[in-house]
Amino acid sequence: MSALLDVRGLCTVFRAGDATVRAVDGVSYTVEQGETVAIVGESGSGKSVGAMSILRLIPDPPGRITGGQILFAGRDILRATDDEMRRIRGGDIGMVFQEPMTSLNPVLTIGRQITEAIEQHRGADRAAAAKRAIELLGLVGIADPRRRLRQYPHQFSGGMRQRVMIAIAIACDPKLIIADEPTTALDVTIQAQILELLRALTRRLNVALIIITHNLGVVARYASRVNVMYAGRIVESGMAEAVYHRPRHPYTVALLRSVPRLDRPRQARLDPVQGQPPDLTRLDEGCAFRPRCRFAVEACAKARPLLEPTEEPSHLAACFRSRDLAGLSGAAA
Amino acid sequence: MTAAESAARPLLEVKGLRMHFPVTEGIMRRRTVGEVKAVDGVDFAIRRGETLGLVGESGCGKTTTGRCILRLEHPTAGEILYDGIDLARLRRKELTAMRRRIQVIFQDPYSSLNPRMKVGEIIAEPMKVHGVEPDAAKRAARVRELLGVCGLGPGFAERYPHEMSGGQRQRVGIARALALNPEFIVCDEAVSALDVSIQAQVVNLLEDLRERFGLTYLFIAHDLSVVRHLCQRVAVMYLGRIVELADGDELFDNPLHPYTQALLSAVPVPDPSVEARRTFQPPGGEVPSPINPPSGCVFHPRCPIAVESCRHARPESREVRPGHWVACHEVH
Repeated sequence: MSALLDVRGLCTVFRAGDATVRAVDGVSYTVEQGETVAIVGESGSGKSVGAMSILRLIPDPPGRITGGQILFAGRDILRATDDEMRRIRGGDIGMVFQEPMTSLNPVLTIGRQITEAIEQHRGADRAAAAKRAIELLGLVGIADPRRRLRQYPHQFSGGMRQRVMIAIAIACDPKLIIADEPTTALDVTIQAQILELLRALTRRLNVALIIITHNLGVVARYASRVNVMYAGRIVESGMAEAVYHRPRHPYTVALLRSVPRLDRPRQARLDPVQGQPPDLTRLDEGCAFRPRCRFAVEACAKARPLLEPTEEPSHLAACFRSRDLAGLSGAAA
Repeated sequence: MTAAESAARPLLEVKGLRMHFPVTEGIMRRRTVGEVKAVDGVDFAIRRGETLGLVGESGCGKTTTGRCILRLEHPTAGEILYDGIDLARLRRKELTAMRRRIQVIFQDPYSSLNPRMKVGEIIAEPMKVHGVEPDAAKRAARVRELLGVCGLGPGFAERYPHEMSGGQRQRVGIARALALNPEFIVCDEAVSALDVSIQAQVVNLLEDLRERFGLTYLFIAHDLSVVRHLCQRVAVMYLGRIVELADGDELFDNPLHPYTQALLSAVPVPDPSVEARRTFQPPGGEVPSPINPPSGCVFHPRCPIAVESCRHARPESREVRPGHWVACHEVH
């Protein structure tokens, strides 16, 4: 059976003054039914732009999707009309963004924002939509739903607003939820509550989840597969367990080694990734990580390595030297 | 007092610190209708050369505590003894002299640097304000030295903040904090806004500087992993109070307060095998409002081990093991 989501060679560019930035530069990955896949990377790696491209929410200008296919349940989203797109967003694909205060409308009640989605997508009447909204608030753990539905976003805490966003995301029985840094703005105990809720709901409703994050701990706890992005490309992809314990891209190795660990005693020093993040307007034809890479050789300056299988078939890395990294470990270093 | 006594004394001692902000209503006639007890009776000490971590979630009062020490707030009550001098009582002039010894590094390297000033001017500014280095050439030399100390080339003096990355800007913020040769630095979420790969560089820089210049840090942060790495001792705050304080490894390996335990279990570890073995229960509920905090122990509405007495009596901090302080009735 084919994958629920099959992204093939996606390219999204932004014009910045005279320069063109290839924010997403030939990204391919799949998401199976009911599966949780993480996309991890730092600022500017293209992880959010990639997700927004799936929803076709790239502001044009300055942005534009210039290539690739996004097959969702077998259909290419990039060929869908605007009307079809509106049905997909919030219908078959639910969304949860980082800052719930800016994604909720401040002058509409919470109830209206939930029922609006149900009426639009499911053609339900007001009474049926209201009933469903009460049920949804209960599902996401908001007490006293009847009263809360009449309230406005500012009367909710950050964690509660994110629960509302999740209620809206699951309102129309989506097949996929895209969560872009869903807990970055939240405190750690609330972050844990929200992520546990997302995990429980996606399992119960058999919804696939793409979780976009910079937090390596969140990936380790919640994702079965992970794609590591750097400078607009996926540099490593595989089962979370394989990527963390047998990383085959120097960036993944460096990233895992640079984070301090809560479960380990103080080490003498951290082992940071050297240098600065790449300037996407000045990339050459070589590997974008080369200036910061301790394994770089001459070949790395001449061409960008493609994402290819390592000795494990489902574990891919885009590095000429990935096989030389065998024996190196990230998390277990 | 002898020199030996002075050296043994903590550099900073905070005793019974309270910072209550009035809640007002009305535009024409403002009246106070309540109080936010942002900091409500906090005690701790920091030894010379050590890094004390102050952790907790938003609204727990950790930043306000730091601002009181910097005297960016005027505390409602309590003492802040810095090298024996009570900062809480100092007048403006005396405070200016103390500010040469106490500096701050803020979270956001985007908003804490003046966008219209060149980096060289930003770093020289404290020297000008305090009249430390009146000679312009010497001041410029000192700026170059500080840039070098913070891992930036001399060319950066001529740049503007917007021409730099987040990590580079935070290095500028650190260079500015060092300009007056301080002994004590309050780091308020100093690495929180940085990407993982850059964060580790800045954490290492802060450690190097502590060793090289014999600095003492109060490291305020919500990221517990960074705190474990950087701090010798750690205090956990909840709703204006310190609930637990201990040596770093002791606190993280043997947390005793139910809030600390909940906080630690909520943090995912970057290792799928470890995570697969972990069982955890995120604490229910949310942090209550500091305007009308719960009676007794402020954590009791969310606490899994609370008993009836927790609703009435506020637990005092007790030393349950050597150097390990806990404010909980149920921990013995």
